[in-house]
Amino acid sequence: MLRVESLSKSFEGFKAVNNANLHVEKGEIVAVIGPNGAGKTTLFNLITGVLKPDNGKVYFKGEDITGLPPHEIFKKRISRSFQVVNLFPRLSVFENVQIAILSREGKTWNLFSPSKKFAIEETEEILERVGLIDKRNRISALLSHGDQKVLEIAIALGGKPEFLIFDEPTAGMSPEETSRCIELIKHLSEKMGLTILFCEHDMEIVFGIANRIMVMVRGSTIIQGSCEEVRCNKAVQDAYLGGGDECSV
Amino acid sequence: MKGNLLGRKGLLTGVIIILFLFILPFIFPRFYIYMTSIILLTGLLASSCNIALGFGGIYQFHHAVFYGAGAYAAALIITKSSLSPWIAFAAGPIVSAIIGLIMGIISIRLSKLYFGMLQVSLGSLVWVIVYRWYSFTGGDDGIHGIPLPEILSSANGAYYFTLFITGLSMFVLYRILKSPFGSVLQGIRDNPLRSGIIGVNVKRHQLMTLVIASFFAGVAGTLFVVVDNTVFPDMLFWTLSMEIVIMCLLGGWFTFFGPMLGAAALVALRTFVSSFTVYWALILGILFTLVIFFLPNGILGYIEQKFKKGTEVSVDRG
Repeated sequence: MLRVESLSKSFEGFKAVNNANLHVEKGEIVAVIGPNGAGKTTLFNLITGVLKPDNGKVYFKGEDITGLPPHEIFKKRISRSFQVVNLFPRLSVFENVQIAILSREGKTWNLFSPSKKFAIEETEEILERVGLIDKRNRISALLSHGDQKVLEIAIALGGKPEFLIFDEPTAGMSPEETSRCIELIKHLSEKMGLTILFCEHDMEIVFGIANRIMVMVRGSTIIQGSCEEVRCNKAVQDAYLGGGDECSV
Repeated sequence: MKGNLLGRKGLLTGVIIILFLFILPFIFPRFYIYMTSIILLTGLLASSCNIALGFGGIYQFHHAVFYGAGAYAAALIITKSSLSPWIAFAAGPIVSAIIGLIMGIISIRLSKLYFGMLQVSLGSLVWVIVYRWYSFTGGDDGIHGIPLPEILSSANGAYYFTLFITGLSMFVLYRILKSPFGSVLQGIRDNPLRSGIIGVNVKRHQLMTLVIASFFAGVAGTLFVVVDNTVFPDMLFWTLSMEIVIMCLLGGWFTFFGPMLGAAALVALRTFVSSFTVYWALILGILFTLVIFFLPNGILGYIEQKFKKGTEVSVDRG
């Protein structure tokens, strides 16, 4: 469904992403792992159009989407959440999600009908799904960090995505919030059939929910394969998992 | 909730204010009728600025240009052509909107402070043209004694016309803010990057906002012609723009009626304080400093906060 071919991006000579390769099939959950500064977030920014790549191609459903602006990528049904919370802080939880739906439906130029008539059911359904329906009228800046991260995901769902990208969805969450978030990701994959690409530092989460894993070190792809393949790979063990892990295959 | 007082208390306050404004000419002497007219149109001016400033997060630092341009357009059409004054009144806001569009196209590519600075420069250019072009605009003399249709030439006629047009404009602005366009606009204010990522064309929305804001500034400018029968270059000087920004901040720039309140405070202050001291701006400065320190959300913003605290549980916006 998504194919990334030898993607590269440099910042003033520093190769943040250097020859990254990735492919994600429909319905999969794929994790990107790598040490801090490996270029995971940059890779996501390149895919979603926030940054333009220097080299390489991104294909979505066979179509070349390399270098399209973010709002075009969004229309292709690719949504993302952010590592650092990136909400509309003065708006309510409800409005945060509603804006994404209004935008998807092309209603942003409607000047005279009240917003409260639009997208009510869909917004409520999304909030119900992610478990924020009780807090719908809260101003989003006043939510707890965990709820804000969940709202991130809810906004992404407002685009009715087929493909979701989560940048460290559980970063900074308490253990309960983390397990709730993992349940949510599983739910999105199993019940809604969404394809998910995410990056995460917690190996337990990664090996718990990912179908396949891509390992990045210093901007380059070392390997992409099943959990077992990655676990047993010598290069990965050296670079990342600390080496000497026992291998059961 | 952003922008309005909710529930019965808010509605009651609104009804009382509207009734008061309706019967005002029967109770108060002419001077107060004139002053209320000025407050209304200045409030509309500040509210239109606040659409861009408070709800759009656009640094609208030279809003007076569009006010002055609307006023001059109406005044010049009335005095220099044989067209009906009513056409002139309609032309004022349209001219403002066109100037807003042109200045917007040039400056919207910059963001935040840089946008504000470029707008001040371009606006000053418009001011210089009006100020220097004696043969056409009357230069620093302005234009006086603009003839008006008979129905508007009495103080009461001008007052009710201003009240009606201001009310109508405020209603339209309110509707725009509550529309999907308004929701998205506030989203852009809060987070332009995320707005782009959820598929919003940020620059085009901001440009539209500038056109709307300048249109209603033009309405306010035209109303000034109706109330005062004059235009003068100070109407588009940058000091007035700063006053408009102060009105928004003073009243509460994240509230809908805040700028109207700020305008009332400023106009009243200027009228009454300047009658016993020439240093009225000093009083304004002190007051403004106090508000910034103690009521960072402005007067109405503070009231709304208080009001909401008491009823948070019962407010359900379903």
